Amino acid sequence: MSQNKEIQPLSYSHILRQGASTAWPICLGYIPIGLALGVLAQQAGLPWWAVTMMSMLVFAGSAQFICVAMLAAGSSIPAIIFTTLIVNLRHTLMSSALAVYLSGVSRRFLALFAYGITDESFAVNMTRFRAGDWDRWRALAVNHISNFVWIVATTTGALVGQLVPQGAFGIDYALTGMFICLLVFQLNGRIYIITGLLAALISVGWYLLIPGDSYIVGASICAATLGYFLQRYHRRSQ
Amino acid sequence: MNFSDYLLLFGGMGLATYLPRTLPLLYLAHKQLPQWLIDWLGLIPVAILSALLAPSLLTTVADRSFSLGKPELLVAIPTLIFALKTRSLGGTVLVGMLLYWLAGFFI
Repeated sequence: MSQNKEIQPLSYSHILRQGASTAWPICLGYIPIGLALGVLAQQAGLPWWAVTMMSMLVFAGSAQFICVAMLAAGSSIPAIIFTTLIVNLRHTLMSSALAVYLSGVSRRFLALFAYGITDESFAVNMTRFRAGDWDRWRALAVNHISNFVWIVATTTGALVGQLVPQGAFGIDYALTGMFICLLVFQLNGRIYIITGLLAALISVGWYLLIPGDSYIVGASICAATLGYFLQRYHRRSQ
Repeated sequence: MNFSDYLLLFGGMGLATYLPRTLPLLYLAHKQLPQWLIDWLGLIPVAILSALLAPSLLTTVADRSFSLGKPELLVAIPTLIFALKTRSLGGTVLVGMLLYWLAGFFI
């Protein structure tokens, strides 16, 4: 059994509804990105069913964009798979952070839950777990609703994407807006603000100086470690 | 590429996506985590969100250079203030989209 505080057990439909009302900003952001990915994939010569298969087996937007670009450039299958691994290494950090709230949960549940850990679902679920009004079933619902919307959006993009006007209603900004607000939710004290500023500084410097995608993992680890030692130093000196 | 080529490619990518997400969770969720690790992991979300956001607001993708004039950054400032004042996720997303859409007409 979970050691987490369990919110009262409710019906499946209630959990789904709560999951959906929490997941909608993610879904709103996934629609334009998924359509764009579908269009690009189709232009790169992928049939629509391959796009559906990719979104089901590989639920990872940035890796999927890179895959399409690499296929268009004629890269080999092993090269694409290796690049995917590198791009997705940041999720080991997110998975570790979620473990704090999922301790003692059955391995079968964890294996199912882990499939849906993305940047977006991680940020939303962590915020709710921290607030204390969340449990693993609702978190799982958020993961799978987001995944469903992603599969539909990417497939639609591959089928009819060229008909959608680019940048309509500022929808390209949906995920940025969501991340800004989730960042605000995390600022629960001075140490979090300092860690956030450090991460911003380090990530920009890292991004400018070092090619590739290592800046997300690198800056997160550096900033959290610096923040941790600052916090410890501050506690000791009190 | 035919069906089995795609299956091989996406199956491999799927593993490369799934293993980093599942192994830490399976390993750590059944351990008594030391307090220092819990404290450190508690700072990871704010660090990751900031590291995802800052380069997208402060640099240009095309040539990887520093930039203070991107519409994404200009829109982020009022969006951030709105988020701080209201603490509403849905509202912030909609305000950000609206401002970004409007910015497209002026910039």
